[in-house]
Amino acid sequence: MNLTLILFIVLTAVAVASAAGLLISRNTIYAALFLVLNFATVAVFYLLLGAPFIALAQVTIYAGAIMVLFLFVIMLLGADKLPRGQVLPWQRPMAIVLAALLLTEAGFLLFQRLQLTSSLANPEASVNTTETLRTLGMALFTQYLLPFEVTSVLLLVAMVGVIVLTKKEKGEPG
Amino acid sequence: MGSSGLFSLVPLIVFLPVAGLLINIIFGGRMSEKAIGALASAASGLAFVVAALLGFALWTGSGEAVVVQFADWIHIGDLNVAWNFRVDTLSVLMMLVVSGVGTLIHIYAIGYMHEDVRFKNDIGRYRRFFVFMNLFIAMMMILVSGDSYLMLFVGWEGVGLCSFLLIGFWYDMDTLGRPSFANSDAARKAFIVNRIGDFGFLIAGFTMFWWFKDLSFSGVFSQAEHIASIAPGVILFITLFLLLGVAGKSAQLPLYVWLPDAMAGPTPVSALIHAATMVTAGVYLVARSAPLYTLVPQAQATVALVGGITALFAATIAVGQYDIKKVLAYSTISQLGFMVAAVGMGAFVAGMFHLVTHAFFKALLFLSAGSVILGLERGHHHLAGHGDHHEEVFDPGDMRNMGGLRKQMPVTFWVYLIGALALAGIFPLAGFWSKDEILADAFHKFPAVFWLLTIAAFLTAFYMGRQVWMIFFGKPRHPAAAHAEESPKVITVPLMILAALAVLGGALNLPGVHSLTLWLEHTIAGVEVGQFNFLVAGLSTGLALVAIALSWVLYGRQPLAEGQKDPLKKLLGPLFTVFERKYWVDEVYWALFVNRYVDIARFLANVIDGRFWHDWFHEKVIAGTYNWLSRTVLDLRVDQQFIDAIANGLGELTKRISGSLRRLQNGFVRSYALAVLAGVVIILGYLILK
Amino acid sequence: MAHTIPLSWYLAISVVLFAMGALGVLIRRNPLIIFMSVELMLNAANLAFVAFARSFGVLTGQIFVFFVMTVSAAEVAVGLALIVIIFRNKHSIDVDLMNSLKG
Repeated sequence: MNLTLILFIVLTAVAVASAAGLLISRNTIYAALFLVLNFATVAVFYLLLGAPFIALAQVTIYAGAIMVLFLFVIMLLGADKLPRGQVLPWQRPMAIVLAALLLTEAGFLLFQRLQLTSSLANPEASVNTTETLRTLGMALFTQYLLPFEVTSVLLLVAMVGVIVLTKKEKGEPG
Repeated sequence: MGSSGLFSLVPLIVFLPVAGLLINIIFGGRMSEKAIGALASAASGLAFVVAALLGFALWTGSGEAVVVQFADWIHIGDLNVAWNFRVDTLSVLMMLVVSGVGTLIHIYAIGYMHEDVRFKNDIGRYRRFFVFMNLFIAMMMILVSGDSYLMLFVGWEGVGLCSFLLIGFWYDMDTLGRPSFANSDAARKAFIVNRIGDFGFLIAGFTMFWWFKDLSFSGVFSQAEHIASIAPGVILFITLFLLLGVAGKSAQLPLYVWLPDAMAGPTPVSALIHAATMVTAGVYLVARSAPLYTLVPQAQATVALVGGITALFAATIAVGQYDIKKVLAYSTISQLGFMVAAVGMGAFVAGMFHLVTHAFFKALLFLSAGSVILGLERGHHHLAGHGDHHEEVFDPGDMRNMGGLRKQMPVTFWVYLIGALALAGIFPLAGFWSKDEILADAFHKFPAVFWLLTIAAFLTAFYMGRQVWMIFFGKPRHPAAAHAEESPKVITVPLMILAALAVLGGALNLPGVHSLTLWLEHTIAGVEVGQFNFLVAGLSTGLALVAIALSWVLYGRQPLAEGQKDPLKKLLGPLFTVFERKYWVDEVYWALFVNRYVDIARFLANVIDGRFWHDWFHEKVIAGTYNWLSRTVLDLRVDQQFIDAIANGLGELTKRISGSLRRLQNGFVRSYALAVLAGVVIILGYLILK
Repeated sequence: MAHTIPLSWYLAISVVLFAMGALGVLIRRNPLIIFMSVELMLNAANLAFVAFARSFGVLTGQIFVFFVMTVSAAEVAVGLALIVIIFRNKHSIDVDLMNSLKG
């Protein structure tokens, strides 16, 4: 029993539990907070996997920006509780069945067919934060320059789009 | 062109009358009555000239038969029949009689029909008469000039047709011009009864073809003896069935019944067709078939007996008739019996001789009777004033309306008298010689027939005397008779010519000279020169004179007064009624055959054709089945319930499928997402299982 | 410390999180929760990417994750804007009420 394993197990439990919390909670704020926890857990996973930059990006972007945005909108809309309806009676059972199937299939694939038993490489040897960062930056600005630029345009488009969409027309009630 | 060249003229005897009738058909509408009549008479006359030329050619030549080939006709299997003309003494004799007497009758008809169409008020029909008359001459010529039984039959049928057309000339009115179908009935009767005879002819013809494989005269006659030796019954069969044809065409027992009714036609028709020419076709047939008949004595005996019995039978009926033409009609039947008996016995020359003389004096008698009738009609016309006479029922042919006409119509009287005496067989008129030759031959060959014919001759003289006394002597019994007028020349001149022939006709075959015998010898084998038998001649003449005296006693001494009953009725009582009612033969035929036939026809029409075929078979079975098939099966079951069901069902199915599929698109995003996840799971599953 | 956790375990977590996210999308009727579940799914995918990157020793996976994050940020922005507009119009954000596209 080494530390990594224990950590891994704990993290897994937290991740799954927070995801379950998201699924179950009736209160939207609680669900958002569960998700934040989940994001944080995943960030630690990234660290374990030797991707520090990604881990930080995760925390910053997802947990920081995106979830805050979510919370803003939640509070704006004031949508806490929703009445239970009776439409689509088959939906829930079917969804659960399908999810279970999906898990079964994936499990079967991963552990029976694909035989991915190889351990991940030694982290000590290759995790060097600055080194990783430099390589990442280099790749980003040379090999993946086009997607980078396109992504920036995409962000611009998103911003403009949001503003245009939510702009009130003259005389339209708010 | 030597005499052999003359023979090639023979097709003209047919085609000249044909030309005449065609011109009359096409241009007759624009021609005057005289022109139409003259043209027709000329056609017939020219045919006579050609016949005379042919006779001349035969006479100056060898007298042997000449066959002039004209056209190929039938070539089927074994049957080869060509249209050839046979010019031999027998056929030329017939040609001369037909065209000669025919031409005279055509001329007579010009005047007769001129008056008749005016009495009946249908002037437009004049042309049709002469067209038919020429057609008749053409057909009769085909009959006598044919070289085979088939060509003879063509003419045979043709004259039958013309007889029908001419008897029924006034098909829609009676003698007085009132609407009536009596004439068409008579025409139909003639045709149908003749048909029975034709059936006999045809059976004989078929048998002939079957055994002889040939229908031409030369072919048949050359094989006759051979066939007779191997199968004698065949010849007997053929000759007896030919006899049936003869009985039909020549009005012998039992098929004579059409001839008295045929008097419904105009008088020239009665003279030409039913006295002189068509009815003699049967006699000609037997004479032509002499080689066949001489091989079977039983057939000969049958023919002779039929002729003899008919002669006597018809003579008795003639005694009781009141209509002038009916007396002559039965007389014709009786005289035909003489001829048929003669040729039956094998006395071919005697038969043909009587044929010729009979043509002369019977035509004369008929035409004179026509003149008498016209005279009475003229008288009636004057009496009643124009247009009135249609209302009174006046029969110009009834002898009881006549009387004393010799004063009003002298020419007619004299020619009629000559004709009557010739028919009675008084020396030295034509009838004496021909009838005596028959009697003489019968005396030797067939005594039973001799007695039959002798009694018939006695009766012949009697009823002719009765006629002459009743018509021309005494006082007129009807005002029309009192005002009767003589006929115009166009009528009386042919009468006089015929009267001359009736007087002189005996010269054809005077005993000792035997011109006709020698003439016919070339054609008919084995003719014997007739011996003049004084006994027979004396007997027949004596009987004739006794008969005439008897008729004078009854009718001449005290001429019949108006409304008086026939004195013979008092004498004979019920026997006279039997004669008068012609033995009720027509009534018997109607009851036995005609009505039964009508019953069968009605049964077939109403029950078989109507109820069975139409109502049941067509309506129920065929139409019903079809309708059932189309309505119930195809329309209802197949189309509506099956095909429509399929079509509609497909539509329904599509609707339901689409209806159910529609529910997939429920607008709920979540269910769409579910579908996406389901798809992912399925694809993964597929990949795993693969 | 040797990293002894096999790749398949990471992938298993990824799959579990993905499945739970999918379940959330399907079951919940609040569009905000649905959106959050979508983010969860994206995260699960990111985790798988990074695990593979580590396994093969290349950085390509991490770069990809970078881009995924950026795009998901943009997407969230626009999506939330849409939800706001819908709320403005319908005064409710129950997903089941938005079925006017039903056939």
